[in-house]
Amino acid sequence: MAALDVRDLRKTYGDQTVVAGLSFAVEPGTCFGLLGPNGAGKTTTLRLCLGLTGPDSGSIELNGCAIPADGQQARARVGVVPQFDNLDPDFTCAENLLVFGRYFGLKDADIKGRIPQLLDFAGLASKADARIATLSGGMKRRLTLARALVNDPDIVFLDEPTTGLDPQARHLIWDRLKQLKAAGKTLILTTHFMDEAERLCDTLIVIDHGRKITEGSPRELIAEHIEPQVIEVFDELRGQLAPFVEAHRSLAERVETSGETAFFYCRAPQPLLAKLAEVDGLRYVHRASNLEDVFIKLTGRELRD
Amino acid sequence: MTVPLPAHRPNLLGFLPVWQRNFLVWRKLALPSILGNLADPLIYMLGLGYGLGAMLPSIDGQPYVAFLAAGTVCASTMNAATFEALYSAFSRMHVQKTWDAILNTPLGLADVVAGELFWAATKSLFSGAAILIVITGMGLTNGPLALWALPAIVLTGLAFAALGLIWNALAPSYDFFMYYFTLFITPMTLISGVFFPTDQLPGWLAAVGQWLPLAQGVALIRPLLAGQVPADALIHIMALLATTAVAFAIALRLTRRRLLK
Repeated sequence: MAALDVRDLRKTYGDQTVVAGLSFAVEPGTCFGLLGPNGAGKTTTLRLCLGLTGPDSGSIELNGCAIPADGQQARARVGVVPQFDNLDPDFTCAENLLVFGRYFGLKDADIKGRIPQLLDFAGLASKADARIATLSGGMKRRLTLARALVNDPDIVFLDEPTTGLDPQARHLIWDRLKQLKAAGKTLILTTHFMDEAERLCDTLIVIDHGRKITEGSPRELIAEHIEPQVIEVFDELRGQLAPFVEAHRSLAERVETSGETAFFYCRAPQPLLAKLAEVDGLRYVHRASNLEDVFIKLTGRELRD
Repeated sequence: MTVPLPAHRPNLLGFLPVWQRNFLVWRKLALPSILGNLADPLIYMLGLGYGLGAMLPSIDGQPYVAFLAAGTVCASTMNAATFEALYSAFSRMHVQKTWDAILNTPLGLADVVAGELFWAATKSLFSGAAILIVITGMGLTNGPLALWALPAIVLTGLAFAALGLIWNALAPSYDFFMYYFTLFITPMTLISGVFFPTDQLPGWLAAVGQWLPLAQGVALIRPLLAGQVPADALIHIMALLATTAVAFAIALRLTRRRLLK
């Protein structure tokens, strides 16, 4: 049985189709990524999966419960880390966990027994009595994660869990998410950060305009959609880039230009690197291609505001 | 056609953790909150009651200050429930997103809105009871029947909490609440017999006034404080309960449309 099974899900608001026939399944104990540009339908999909809004059509099964019909029952075994922190600012860290545990019908004594362990997991053991206003952004995120675990859920939904965090804080969150997966929990994650998805996700789907564009593991998607090497060439003096691209386009399988940068996607980079060594005024970076290249190839370079 | 969300599984105590959350916040600030709720109405009551009252004849055998004291209990009850259901509930719903956090748990929107309803009524009880204690200490109530004002305060608070939650569900911002006060609360206070007997009003206006929920509360609470059993008590109780039930149903429906679309 899949932890989450979504079939032909559709949702429209007025004449705007937000989710347009989405199907996917999440295996228990894995980390599943839901990727897509702003407005692709990620948050609406999560809300539908949690039974917080009704679909126009399609079926959802979460932890063996039909959604939205048995949403309450399903949510008892689910934790949610929302996109924007909604911790209770009037409470301390420990009180936030206590009050949240009560929403699950847990007894005060049981919750209080779990609080030290939850705070420890979040690296907040010394902050039990600290007020929320005194916490850094990273601490708040970690407390939100601890709060999502108060009911010892089987499945944890994470909506952009590291947006706005500094690198240290992001790495700590990633470490904790790996621990949760190792403990057998299913993670369902949305993110804009492709490095995050590449590190954490066993399987991911990319959606745009409410439709699934592709599905697979990060490695599979990179192998399937994109050349293994990228050389990014930057124009330092202006005016050099366009002639260079024209002259050497054939040395790469694919070339994309965006502003003052050209992206050469290729299998054999040596000839192009040799040419670049001969030119002054062009700076370049040579790297392995990654999930971000796949994402941009599939969803385009234009801004989504 | 959108599949409607299922009716919430009936859980009579589902509101309780929501109420407890608000109570825990209040407990941290209880003393300033009670003093703040007391000071303003008491200043008005003492100023108008003794200052203006000195020039006025007694009303139904009561000195004006005792008449006004009963009205002040009712108006404070209304105001406490209304403020809680508007500004405080809106902060939790719209600004802090506390309701969104709760909706990710097994609790449903009916639990959240019911928790807010009972909490706002609780705040109105604190407020009404505090004034009741002060005016009893001043000798402005008459006999143990005044204790029956406490359940009447709760009924009045419930009705105004439910009405306030309707407006909360519709509010785009805090500014919107000013209309509720200028268009509804303030005129109602003036024609429900808080400051002066309604027989001073033009007949048609007094007739409108007696249907308003504040007038129902006044009709129950003032006689109780004077040591009398209210006339038509059952009608007033039923009117307040009906207002609560209908307004709560509307508020829940509107909030559902706002948050679970």
